[in-house]
Amino acid sequence: MARLVVLGGGVSGHTAATFAAKWLGSAHEVVVVTPNSKWNWIPSNIWVGVGEMSKEEVTFDLAPVYAKAGINYKQAKAVSINPEGVESSDKPFVTIEYTLAGREGEVENVEYDYLINATGPKLNFGATEGLGDANGLGEFTVSVCTADHAVHANEEFQKCIQKMKQGERQKFLIGTGHGMCTCQGAAFEYIFNIEHELKKAGVRDMADIKWISNESFLGDFGVGGLHMKSMGFAVSSKIFAESLFTERDVDWIIGAHVNKVEKGKVHYELLDGSMGEEEFDFSMLIPPFAGVGLKAYGKDGSDITDTVFAPNGFMKVDANYSAGSYENWSASDWPKTYQNPTYSNMFACGIAFAPPHPISKPMSSPNGTPISPTPPRTGMPSGIIGKAVAHSICDRILKGENAPLHEASMAHMGAACVASAGKGIFDGTAAAMTIYPVVPDFEKYPGTGRDTDYTFGEIGLAGHWIKHILHHLFIWKAKLKAGWTMIPE
Amino acid sequence: MEKKAEHNIKAYGKNFTTMTPGKFAIKLRTCKIWQFIRFIVINIKMLIVVRKSH
Repeated sequence: MARLVVLGGGVSGHTAATFAAKWLGSAHEVVVVTPNSKWNWIPSNIWVGVGEMSKEEVTFDLAPVYAKAGINYKQAKAVSINPEGVESSDKPFVTIEYTLAGREGEVENVEYDYLINATGPKLNFGATEGLGDANGLGEFTVSVCTADHAVHANEEFQKCIQKMKQGERQKFLIGTGHGMCTCQGAAFEYIFNIEHELKKAGVRDMADIKWISNESFLGDFGVGGLHMKSMGFAVSSKIFAESLFTERDVDWIIGAHVNKVEKGKVHYELLDGSMGEEEFDFSMLIPPFAGVGLKAYGKDGSDITDTVFAPNGFMKVDANYSAGSYENWSASDWPKTYQNPTYSNMFACGIAFAPPHPISKPMSSPNGTPISPTPPRTGMPSGIIGKAVAHSICDRILKGENAPLHEASMAHMGAACVASAGKGIFDGTAAAMTIYPVVPDFEKYPGTGRDTDYTFGEIGLAGHWIKHILHHLFIWKAKLKAGWTMIPE
Repeated sequence: MEKKAEHNIKAYGKNFTTMTPGKFAIKLRTCKIWQFIRFIVINIKMLIVVRKSH
């Protein structure tokens, strides 16, 4: 009997574990180690953050789902990996620390034959002074990164609405809280939900709404922007985003590295080297991401973390990490199998794998401060990669160690994204977008880097309906209800 | 309170060079018949992208 251990139960880890359990059957064991007791459909946290959904609608308990799937579920966080075992045993293992009520702090070594690292990111609030400490959210801004954060964000948002109803003007500042952030899309969606809710509450004229982000142009989204087919033109996402911001009367600051947050004020540095300040009454700033801080040890107990992980804490995989400057970048730099180059039985998927470089062109201020988005690896790509990795490992367990690995390069993969504003079936609208491929391939698609037949975007009710359907569909799939394998990632 | 999009453009400001939707484009976004058609079209396009990605 082989044992597959999956670290993390988010989109990527959950997808990998559930498919592996289905494909392997009861002849082999799948173990999931995740510190959380609940699964969270993160895209809908946006609606929780404006009070249109409850935490219960976007989360569910993992234990009964894993019991149904025959998965050994350990509510714990991974602390370290010993990929060579120890001197007394060659068997590799991970050291975990329980977070389960009643077993908090209890440490266990879990041996494995194959390991998937799908731990997701550490929300690195501590990287920006005042944004929060290393343990989490600070007192000045809010976040929608977790369901609990989103509940808190809505509480603060409702207080602002009450103040506006009493005649007090409010300033909203939404965006990224550091020069090296990713996930601009989440902040983009949140700002337009805020705008929509304020309009619905009849207080839009009492609000000044501003976007602040590390993108060098509006609509970069961490993927270097995209060109969408519209009215016979390939229209840049810059035009698309600027149009939307102008239409909804939302101002913007771009190319900004937020370097300090204090009560009611952020300090930032721009790409031109100038410094600025922006006041706010309500601010949602996405923190930068880092690896969760897993350590790795050799057989003799030596620290081999640098061998297994990149300096940012994400796990090294089959990517080209020596591409160098932007001019040398190629679509082929991006990983295909997500196998660790040193230990062939270890894989990483979702946010946990170390990308070879950003997707957006890296930029710095004259002061040397890097200000450009890091690459997104969430949502659809995260699920597809998780499934491909699970497929590879299952093949190796069932067909032998030399079974070929499955590939899922972000340079050959598209993504669908729906950024919704509002929740009502007929009063909400959404920007529905697809992008193909996620990582631009300028050799295959000279100019825009992408296939404009499959890269498109439009605003309307249709996208909004799709957003609603996706919410229910993916929670259905994650709960492993009837026909779940038929729903694509 | 509801402003026409072009009223938000500031002359020679940072949004002066963008495009803004007119009444017809805005109406189409919430026209249920048109949006039902777009719903079908967008779903098909998204499914093609999903198929190409697996």
